[in-house]
Amino acid sequence: MIRFILNEKEVVASHPPGMVLLDFIRYHQHLMGTKIGCREGDCGACTVLVGELTDSQLRYRSMTCCLMPLGNAAGKHIVTIEGINPADRELNPIQQAMTDEGATQCGFCTPGFVISLAGFCLDHKKPSYKAAIAAIDGNICRCTGYKSIERAAAKITDLLKDRDNEEPTSFVSRAKLLPAYFSTIKARLQTLTDANESDHLATGSERSKSIIVGGGTDLYVQRHDTMVHSDIRVTGAYPGQQHIALEGDVCTIGPGVTVSDLAVSPIIQEAFPEFPRYMKLVSSTPIRNMATIAGNFINASPIGDFTIFFLALDAQLELSTKPESRKSRTMPLRRLYKGYKQLDMLEGEYIRRIMFRLPARTELFHFEKVSKRMHLDIATVNTAIHLRMMNDTIKNAGLSAGGVGPVPLFLQKTSEYLTGKSINRENILEAINIAQTEISPISDARGTKEYKRLLLTQLLKAHFISLFPINEKLNLLENG
Amino acid sequence: MKNIDSYTHVRGESIYLDDIPVVQGTLYAAVFDSPIAHGRIKAIDLSVAGSIKGVERIFTSSDIPGENQIGGIVPDEELFATTHVHFCGMPIVMVVAESEEIARLAVSKIKVDIEPLPIITDPREAWEKGELIIPPRTFKLGDTTSAWEKCDHVFEGRTETNGQEHLYIETQGAYALPLENGTIRIYSSTQGPTAVQRTAARVLGIPMHRLEVDTTRLGGGFGGKEDQATTWGIMCALATWHLKRPVKYSLHRMEDMRMTGKRHPYSADFKIGLSKDLKILAYEVTFYQNAGAAADLSPAVMERTLFHCTSSYFIPHVLATAYSCRTHLPPNTAFRGFGGPQGMFVIEAAIAKTANALGVPASDIQQQNLLRTGDEFPYGQKAESEANECWNKAIELYDLSRLRKEIDEHNSVNKQYKKGLALMPICFGISFTKTMMNQARSLVHVYTDGSVGVSTGAVEMGQGVNTKMLQVAASIFSIDPALVRINSTNTYRIANTSPSAASATADLNGRATEIACQEILKRLKKVAAEEFSAGEDEIEIKDNWVFAKSEKTTWEWKRLVFETYFRRISLSELAHYTPPGIHYDLKKEKGHPFAYHVYGTAIITVTIDCLRGTYDFDSVKVVHDFGNSMNEVIDIGQCEGGIVQGIGWMTIEEIVYDKEGRLRSNALSTYKVPDIYSVPKEITIHFLDTKKPNLAIFGSKAVGEPPLLYGIGAYFALRNAIKAFNPTVDIAYDAPMTPEKVLMNLYSKSNR
Repeated sequence: MIRFILNEKEVVASHPPGMVLLDFIRYHQHLMGTKIGCREGDCGACTVLVGELTDSQLRYRSMTCCLMPLGNAAGKHIVTIEGINPADRELNPIQQAMTDEGATQCGFCTPGFVISLAGFCLDHKKPSYKAAIAAIDGNICRCTGYKSIERAAAKITDLLKDRDNEEPTSFVSRAKLLPAYFSTIKARLQTLTDANESDHLATGSERSKSIIVGGGTDLYVQRHDTMVHSDIRVTGAYPGQQHIALEGDVCTIGPGVTVSDLAVSPIIQEAFPEFPRYMKLVSSTPIRNMATIAGNFINASPIGDFTIFFLALDAQLELSTKPESRKSRTMPLRRLYKGYKQLDMLEGEYIRRIMFRLPARTELFHFEKVSKRMHLDIATVNTAIHLRMMNDTIKNAGLSAGGVGPVPLFLQKTSEYLTGKSINRENILEAINIAQTEISPISDARGTKEYKRLLLTQLLKAHFISLFPINEKLNLLENG
Repeated sequence: MKNIDSYTHVRGESIYLDDIPVVQGTLYAAVFDSPIAHGRIKAIDLSVAGSIKGVERIFTSSDIPGENQIGGIVPDEELFATTHVHFCGMPIVMVVAESEEIARLAVSKIKVDIEPLPIITDPREAWEKGELIIPPRTFKLGDTTSAWEKCDHVFEGRTETNGQEHLYIETQGAYALPLENGTIRIYSSTQGPTAVQRTAARVLGIPMHRLEVDTTRLGGGFGGKEDQATTWGIMCALATWHLKRPVKYSLHRMEDMRMTGKRHPYSADFKIGLSKDLKILAYEVTFYQNAGAAADLSPAVMERTLFHCTSSYFIPHVLATAYSCRTHLPPNTAFRGFGGPQGMFVIEAAIAKTANALGVPASDIQQQNLLRTGDEFPYGQKAESEANECWNKAIELYDLSRLRKEIDEHNSVNKQYKKGLALMPICFGISFTKTMMNQARSLVHVYTDGSVGVSTGAVEMGQGVNTKMLQVAASIFSIDPALVRINSTNTYRIANTSPSAASATADLNGRATEIACQEILKRLKKVAAEEFSAGEDEIEIKDNWVFAKSEKTTWEWKRLVFETYFRRISLSELAHYTPPGIHYDLKKEKGHPFAYHVYGTAIITVTIDCLRGTYDFDSVKVVHDFGNSMNEVIDIGQCEGGIVQGIGWMTIEEIVYDKEGRLRSNALSTYKVPDIYSVPKEITIHFLDTKKPNLAIFGSKAVGEPPLLYGIGAYFALRNAIKAFNPTVDIAYDAPMTPEKVLMNLYSKSNR
């Protein structure tokens, strides 16, 4: 049994935990406001809000429920468009702003936008226009050209200007942005969590052959038709899987940690001041709210953004078969990939922990990514660099690149070459030459192999231009 | 007035195809489509699929009671392939089962043995092999042959424009219900309910009056559901006809992208000749349209390419020829602009090439040659031009010289980021180019409680036509808009409709509604005139109230309506409208095909990152000829949306077919439409102040397609920015200008 609160009412679902929440909402609960546009998390028409109690704080995040297993809804508050409609047949101020600005044309994407903007209103971060736009960065509209939606978002941002430090659920209820019942959810979820603790096994079997699902954002794209009847185990259902901890200079990440979790972690924010900028290049808000770092490693995509990120940092993986098992082994991420989508893992093993040494302030790190569409797209080429410097000399280098081979690549020869070198134009160009020997891009829908080679060259230059911005001597921008 | 549909949109209560409550006993369809682009079907093995529990029946071409033919203009397209397949995605078999899941499972178990045959994906190759959909057509003005020698400058070149996926967020779909006595109701997500009805009647071999096609709204169409929604409607109807059960098919995104056609890719050759003072004297152009495997709407699209081959320019000597080339791709179809944008791209490329060679800004040539009122188009119609008005207003209002100066200064001090600017004047003809299609009907009922129901042939797909129809009725009656309701588009209420297309929907259906309302109003006024002993022309209805001789009477609208009914006078009217004065002679390729033209000018600026090859559009500043806009919010929305869609076509939207004719950009993960971060930072729309009369509804010019054309300027702005970094590069006229092409050109060593 999967218990959760759907809008205002509690539901107990006996459906397979691998069924996507979207189908449950539309075809079993008959809430037709949540739309189907692509079933792969790329359009946002099915966006819902997922409210979750963490450390006794109620936090809402937007998710595309086409990729979300029903099992992951357990113990949470799921909000669809029907759940934010005012009871009196009026429009709430979010809906009113969208209407007034002409921000809806064919209307098919509209509920997704409204829900994402409601998510913005419920977010604990200080409201800003930029944050409002970020909240809808996973919603595609084919009609409006977005300008009217931007105007609506600006109005909605204005509605939050008096929130100050008030708890968002309390503010939105009081300001009648969202229905009053939102202020009761925290208490209701607490009761529900207690009820779920006792039967959490129901959210998935424990057998070693079950498919372990993190956020589902890749599994449900790759195996859309078979997941519903698969024997799945959702990582999110286990307590303690979402932690990010620091012991000495080693940072440990649990298998349920999402990209958004990483983004709000003070540990990460301090070690990677540029993290928000990198994150903006990676998928979209709802996908980042669902996708786990461990899942990004396991799906073994040659262009996994966080795989590339952590390859440069030489992350280590603790693999095990069960959360509580004493048996485990540790291996470097750099050795996980044996070939295209082939992992050096045993049946039933999963990533129990990710560990990496947090770069000190004196160390340098940079991430680059270019895709056909700059945001909400899969990389054509991505790359990360991690440098430990001794004055002007590189003491240690870690360089990774995606989209240029069958697996996410750690550029070992290039990294070795750079070690002990000083930063000058000649050395950088030679490193690029070596990197070109380590890659084997193919032509596909994301670009020709010639382009990918040139692009990697440019992005390697971009690393050095970004890390050593005042070094005019580098002169890496010349044409040709 | 706000869009009347936005209330249900923002509450998630609007009903699209997949939201229609499902009737008990409904079955679900799924299609097995060809994995091979061209081949002969040797065997179809349905044994495994047929044995799956829950599969109700499997259909092939042999189950068609009527004609296995869905071609609208040319009868050259089968519903289900019989002996040969002609494109990847061509339907061969349909499974109907108790659930969507079972139907798809069964499809995955179907085996079709296909002997591969040679595949053509390139239109020029098809042309060389004589694979033409229809005979070529040529538009001619003056005499280019003798004009070349008068030219001081002559340039030749070649251009390519790629296709474009419609990516309506609601996929294609239909839902058929059996009614009594062999009639079927088809709910269809279509822009052309009559096309669904007519073609289904042909396939089922039954009269059209047995098919009720009903459309409430579409989650986007953009032309993709003008002709290609028909297939799914017929399939559901076919299964319903056999099984007497409701049958539904709502396509998955990848099925939709794989099986449906897109905007036509074009290859073209041009030759342009100018005088010393930059007047274009002669222009020759040959278009190779990639039609795909069947005609679909390609002949009409090709025609509009010819109509718009000189864009907003007057050229005295023109020779334009177009070939519709048959390839083994899904039949390409209507897409906002309908061939016009492809024609206009070529003349802009010719101008850009000339400008580059002569070292003058392209805008000097553009401005020199803008259409003036009285100038003749290659097809004989005389322009009623606003081209110069729009252009002059734009360069003055947005201070072109200051913009240019800012860009030059930026580029001179910035190495990594370069800016580029382009102007894009547009001219788009309004009317279906097939004159016969320019007709519409509207059925207006006034109910005894004073409420009004309007049914037209217009399909609401986001363009706001419902709101405009409502505005027409409410303003003619002068009543509260809340009293008017726009009904679904239904072939039982309005017959023989033209599709909602060609930007003309509001004009045609609006004028019909206007006539219907006027007719009823006349009857109402007669009753009031008798009651209040006034002349009919002394009766006026203002804001729900009857006035006689300018005095407010005791009758409210509702009373007037009831009194009219009481006197046994009809409160309903079916009106018919067809725009006057349009005609076309296909033999001479001359005539007056358009009711009017829409004009405008955009100034587009872009910044590229020369390190990474990525780019951001800074601004699109427009002066647009709306005529006398009846709804500024809706019209601005059409402009902004069209501009972004046009920029998408020219920049990041890249259709990729491999040599085997398989679509590689087959999902939203591989085909990228603009997201909120990729749209121009600023879009400014200025309404041209003009009071010239026109044939549009209430003088409010059609606005659906023309703004998309501004997007073409994005391509040329990008070229100019690339040239600021790599001045000698020879950039092919090959759209879209993806980040890949930008980077490759920034670092290309090819010199012109």
